[in-house]
Amino acid sequence: MLGRTANGLFWMFRYLERAENTARLIEAGLRMGLTRDVVTAEEEWRSVIATSGQRAAYEAKHGTYTGVQAWNFLLRDKANPNSVLAMFEMVRTNARLARNAISGEVWEAVNESWMALRDFLARPVSQQSVGEAVAMVRHAGTLAHGAMTGSMLRDASFHFARAGTHLERADSTARILDIKYYLLLPSLAYVGSSLDTSQWDTVLRSVSGDRAYRWINAGQIDARRIVEFLVLDDRFPRSLAFCHSALRENLAALARGHGSEGHAHALIRDAHSRLTALSVDDIFRGGLHEFLLRFMADNAAIAEAIAADYRFLG
Amino acid sequence: MPKVAAGEIRGFMRGGFGKFDEMFGEDGALTAAYADYNVWFEQQDPKLLQRKDAEAEQNFRRTGITFNVYGEDEAEERLIPFDMVPRIITAAEWRRLSRGIEQRVRALNAFLHDLYHRQEIVRAGRLPERVLRGNDAWLPNMVDFTPPGGVYTHVVGIDLVRTGPDEFFVLEDNARTPSGVSYMLENRETMMVMFPDLFTRMQVETVSDYPRRLARSLAACAPGGGSGRPVVAVLTPGIYNSAYFEHAFLADQMGAELVEGSDLRVVDGRVAMRTTAGYQPVDVIYRRVDDEFLDPLTFNPDSVLGVPGIMDVYRAGRVTIANAPGTGVADDKAVYSFMPEIVEFYTGEKPILPNVETWRCADKDSLAYVLDNLADLVVKEVHGSGGYGMLVGPTSTREQIAEFRKRLEAKPANYIAQPTLSLSTCPIFTKKGLAPRHVDLRPYVLVSPHGIDITPGGLTRVALTEGSLVVNSSQGGGTKDTWVLKE
Repeated sequence: MLGRTANGLFWMFRYLERAENTARLIEAGLRMGLTRDVVTAEEEWRSVIATSGQRAAYEAKHGTYTGVQAWNFLLRDKANPNSVLAMFEMVRTNARLARNAISGEVWEAVNESWMALRDFLARPVSQQSVGEAVAMVRHAGTLAHGAMTGSMLRDASFHFARAGTHLERADSTARILDIKYYLLLPSLAYVGSSLDTSQWDTVLRSVSGDRAYRWINAGQIDARRIVEFLVLDDRFPRSLAFCHSALRENLAALARGHGSEGHAHALIRDAHSRLTALSVDDIFRGGLHEFLLRFMADNAAIAEAIAADYRFLG
Repeated sequence: MPKVAAGEIRGFMRGGFGKFDEMFGEDGALTAAYADYNVWFEQQDPKLLQRKDAEAEQNFRRTGITFNVYGEDEAEERLIPFDMVPRIITAAEWRRLSRGIEQRVRALNAFLHDLYHRQEIVRAGRLPERVLRGNDAWLPNMVDFTPPGGVYTHVVGIDLVRTGPDEFFVLEDNARTPSGVSYMLENRETMMVMFPDLFTRMQVETVSDYPRRLARSLAACAPGGGSGRPVVAVLTPGIYNSAYFEHAFLADQMGAELVEGSDLRVVDGRVAMRTTAGYQPVDVIYRRVDDEFLDPLTFNPDSVLGVPGIMDVYRAGRVTIANAPGTGVADDKAVYSFMPEIVEFYTGEKPILPNVETWRCADKDSLAYVLDNLADLVVKEVHGSGGYGMLVGPTSTREQIAEFRKRLEAKPANYIAQPTLSLSTCPIFTKKGLAPRHVDLRPYVLVSPHGIDITPGGLTRVALTEGSLVVNSSQGGGTKDTWVLKE
């Protein structure tokens, strides 16, 4: 397979994941906006925009944080290079680029979703239609992943695509956690004190983990359990541990196919072993924020090594 | 249903523009080709057909069968309109056509070889040397070089037009890089999805094995005669090229890599592509980029599309480029006007398929005739393509003709002229029923040392505007599925 094609697959699925994660953020923000007072809601949208990494672009355009401004900015604003629309265009462009490495079913799923989103997001999104927009994005992701699972040969194409998904997902969960890490700090001073549960509910919702968390923890919300769930629980498909374990498997499959390992394999092995050796207490002792920064830096290094090992660009 | 009776069509045609309709003949009587189709058609509910029409468009959009058009700032993807009435050709008609095509393609390859070697045809006085002068497609690098397997035109599209029951003419030879074959394939797929019952009723020659035939034909042209398992790659200018969809489609269907210039490099005297496991040699490059973008060392130094040094590898016989560089010489319309002589010179036979009568404006007498009859003629640039830079006399205004006259007088050798043929029509489906529109036909021909392989059918292009003779997709043309009936 061509290095350029592998690059296309990898980024196609990174962008798809990003678009989906942005939709989840909006969903969580919407929920918060409905249940809280105006000041808290504004704070929530500020944090949603910050999580998306586009605070400067947003503030250059808007002086205040309101829901309708925020979701339009996140979904469709041309001033936002990370808008769902822009990312979906990148998904499709990369799919076109890697067209002969994906099945017709995957291509059609992506192409159809893109056409529907493009039409839907051609006009400003109102309070009445934002839920539908978000659902469309999630649906698009589900379709593409389903088509992958059901129609793709488990060869290098599949594993490059999946590597993109898992890498981006790990990054996203780490970023969401990092934006909110300060919320955990007061609770650490008072063991057993209850958290601002609705804030944490939002975090769990933005990684679609609220239901799973409740089932595992029987409704108990505290800092230790949340971090354990989002970082270390390898049953939860958006936890850091799950994503790194899956990424490690994708890279191992690529090494088998290519007959040799690269730098990326050493990095993921190292990062994953370190992660699985940690306990929640270790993480808090060393500082959650510091831990997350290190994790995101590792992630970036792994992505770079994959691109170099597999000659994405030259 | 409001039957689209033959009489209605006749009425349409009397007031219209065609002399011969491929479904309703010259006098409104069904042709043999369409007898079975007509029975089926008369049983259809027109409302259902209209729904099918919309479905077809949806199908093309979903699968992304588009071509790119460049506007002011953003690239736009458009669909080539598809008409659901098939173009039908009988087995007997096809037999004659394919013999004529094979003869012509054989002659084209012999001609190209001769042009780049001893130029016997010029020495024999059958082709004036001046025809070759000023031909931009001529490549000095190809002189005295024979491509692997002796093949110049690995893929050829011969554009045919029809004027009567037995009258077919060659309008144009596309020896360089004929496009559109993906539409031939997708049109058939779409028809089979839309009207499965038609295909059980009528026996139609298959076209879907074209990619497999192409892969086999290209592999047979690899250096060393294609022993082992030659690596074939499709070279595209990239996703912004108007035909990118087709490039990706063919690569996918052939199981070949789709490469861009930046993926290729000369390594140890071979052309190699950058794979995730390092550089891997390529044996055959089916290139969909123009000659001048192949090798920045040899041709356009500013090109980022090409592969530096590829021409040296080529001349060393270590890679096959399909089609061979320099084959565009044969696409020139001045050369076209000599095709009857060319066919006879190399095959020793009379041409089975005639040319359209052509006046070369480089000749003084012809020019005088053309200038006197501009309003009745079609005038084309000798190097032009795509329906641009031409004059269709009968449908042009006086001003347009006067303006074209100036250009023609300034550079007569740049033009040829042809009579406006009374091109055949074929019905298209409209909201009001069937309506005749002009069509042409481009069959696709594969050439390898093993022989010439013609896929039965090809791409039918149709001028969707009533009365129009221009079938190019860039100018309002559409396509039809083309059926060759089995014996």
